[in-house]
Amino acid sequence: MDDIKVFFDEMSGANETVREPYQVYRQWMDGENPTRLKKKTAESEAFFRRTGITFNVYGQDEAAERLIPFDVIPRIISEREWSRLSRGIEQRVRAINAFLHDLYHRQEIIRAGRIPAELIAQNDAFLPQMIGVSPPGNVYTHIVGTDIVRTGENEFFVLEDNARTPSGVSYMLENRETMLHMFPELFAKVKVQPVSDYPTNLRRSLGACAPKTCTGRPVVAVLTPGIHNSAYFEHSFLADQMGAELVEGHDLRVVDGRVAMRTTMGFEAIDVLYRRVDDEYLDPLNFNPSSMLGVPGIMDVYRAGGITIANAPGTGIADDKAIYSYIPEIVEFYTGEKAILKNVPTWRCAEADSLAYVLDHLSELVVKEVHGSGGYGMLVGPAASKRELATFASKLRAKPKNYIAQPTLSLSTVPILTKKGLAPRHVDLRPFVLVSPDKINITPGGLTRVALKEGSLVVNSSQGGGTKDTWVLEE
Amino acid sequence: MLGKTAGGLFWMFRNLERSENTARLLEAGFRMALTRSSAAEDEWASVVSAAGSQKQYAECYDQYDAANVIDFLLRDRTNPASVISVVENARNNARVVRTALTREVWEATNECWITLKDLLSKPINERDLPDTLGTVRQQSSLVRGALHGTMLRNDIYDFARLGTFLERADNTSRILDVKYYVLLPSASFVGSSLDNVQWESILRSVSAQRAYRWLNPGDINPAWIADFLIRDKRLPRSLAFCYAKIVDNLNSLENDYGLHHPCHDHATETYRQLKDTSIDNIFDSGLHEFIIDFIRSNTQLGMQIEQDYRFYG
Repeated sequence: MDDIKVFFDEMSGANETVREPYQVYRQWMDGENPTRLKKKTAESEAFFRRTGITFNVYGQDEAAERLIPFDVIPRIISEREWSRLSRGIEQRVRAINAFLHDLYHRQEIIRAGRIPAELIAQNDAFLPQMIGVSPPGNVYTHIVGTDIVRTGENEFFVLEDNARTPSGVSYMLENRETMLHMFPELFAKVKVQPVSDYPTNLRRSLGACAPKTCTGRPVVAVLTPGIHNSAYFEHSFLADQMGAELVEGHDLRVVDGRVAMRTTMGFEAIDVLYRRVDDEYLDPLNFNPSSMLGVPGIMDVYRAGGITIANAPGTGIADDKAIYSYIPEIVEFYTGEKAILKNVPTWRCAEADSLAYVLDHLSELVVKEVHGSGGYGMLVGPAASKRELATFASKLRAKPKNYIAQPTLSLSTVPILTKKGLAPRHVDLRPFVLVSPDKINITPGGLTRVALKEGSLVVNSSQGGGTKDTWVLEE
Repeated sequence: MLGKTAGGLFWMFRNLERSENTARLLEAGFRMALTRSSAAEDEWASVVSAAGSQKQYAECYDQYDAANVIDFLLRDRTNPASVISVVENARNNARVVRTALTREVWEATNECWITLKDLLSKPINERDLPDTLGTVRQQSSLVRGALHGTMLRNDIYDFARLGTFLERADNTSRILDVKYYVLLPSASFVGSSLDNVQWESILRSVSAQRAYRWLNPGDINPAWIADFLIRDKRLPRSLAFCYAKIVDNLNSLENDYGLHHPCHDHATETYRQLKDTSIDNIFDSGLHEFIIDFIRSNTQLGMQIEQDYRFYG
């Protein structure tokens, strides 16, 4: 990696001027005392800690609860950029839902020869228990977090679709709250589209997917694995903001064909369960029998139409990294349109030619496990040592099907505030999408994750990433 | 409300109450040990007993000295009743029931945990003990203040208060259990300065020494002290006060839910006994027996509430 890459900086652009969306902000910032900004950074940390906005890192007892570092410089997107992004996301999410319905019903896409049958049949994320099941409104992915990266003025790529249980939305909301609290005057100068109605929209969207058996106001509950889960804060935050109960598996039981929660007055049936527990642990009678996190028999109630599970079991097949490379075809197949948002070019190591290419170019590529997440188990070629490359190559040869490879993208940068002043750092973006039978709602902006280490491309919070408030301007 | 949430609230406030009570016990014990250095070891032993941690302590130490007792009751994580343990439990309970708490209550609890975790990360020097105990009590008061100021008076509040008063009644009765003999009329050193110090220490451990003086200027009488701690409804740490509150909160749950449970009868009966039995009758039939019965009955009430409101399934 001796060649100097030029990265697109979202604030200064290619030629060291200030790009249009950042102009008013930059003007404000240049008039600010840098010491005050640094003081605000410290304040924001105290604020996050007091509020308990923390996440747990697995395998680290000492620092069991950590803060995700927050950077006070916002990431700013113009309304024009956003409208293109949101159209692209909506198209993709519609296609994914149609794809899931098809996969669990007639499998037209496989019959049409657009994706290979074995990709589905041999995939653990495909749940045979879902075959023939139609969730209310045919919504499979009620909540999606589409990961997007940018490499240039008009170059956006979708990195991952996160159709199972995307997390991070609580940070989007709290980041904005923090900014409003710290810099109220700034929001008077710059008109930013609000994000605070997300919990209301989530509740409405989930309610709209209630099963037919529900006649009154739908009872919504959030299912969490418990306080030791890395995203527990988010689970309780969302339940709280929606006015829903936060339940664990042991609070629930199947009673008279419904899933009911144990209350101080007896059992009360639930209509919609927003679960933050993986498929595998959802129902010990139908999936992993040793699971303590799920509800025995919930799948039977689900199949009988007695409860809505969001996201639907088996949605994981759609954000599987092996499926990812087929998404452009999937979009075309179900919408009849070309995909608005591009995919990152992807080599499927399961294919012999691709595997050979990947092995030859390992030091230039990012190799990911097909089923991995959170940045674990991946190889960043340009940053790896010779020994790491060799070890990874043998893993690849042993189980090529488990991997895909992508070029290292020149992710755009946005400045962060460091001790020495502003410094560019790589970012990605996770907008949050809500799907109900009649409507797709995308909150303007989303969560910007930022790699805090200079030069680093890994933005995951478990690997030293931070977050920024994300502004979509009102024009 | 989820049964689990009710249980979480109940235990959150039991734990917070306990942290405060342990601090108060240590404060009283520390003062006794200072003023009566010859009997210091006995004093520390009774502090540990009143905190309900005798067995646990004996497994760790042979002697009751200030440094060990302070460390054991404040910051020993292997002791489930130490201040750091119960505050950590309270905060974990709060995380479980966070959707039932106002932002103020949650933040006060979280702040309490952050402050005490930091404060108790190193051994506490005797010199710093008063300040440390002050902070423990203050932090717990802040949570209570947030509860009073911001929470709806509904079932959430009732379960929180039930935890507080059940724990408090338990604490006051344990203090009486450990020190009952100095309140007996037959005690050998009646009226000696030793007794005066002991009596004052009891009052101090329930923060009642000034209140007692307001009510009984110049006089100190063991039977009155017993009456004060057991039957006086004006004293916020007396058994009668706690049970008046417990009955109130259980009644409001009964009205709210329209359900009458065994715990209602149990609490009402205990409260009636506290009100209707004169202190002379209590002494006649045995102060110690009375206290032992009370502790047992109080524990049973806790279990009955757990069962009636489905805390655990």
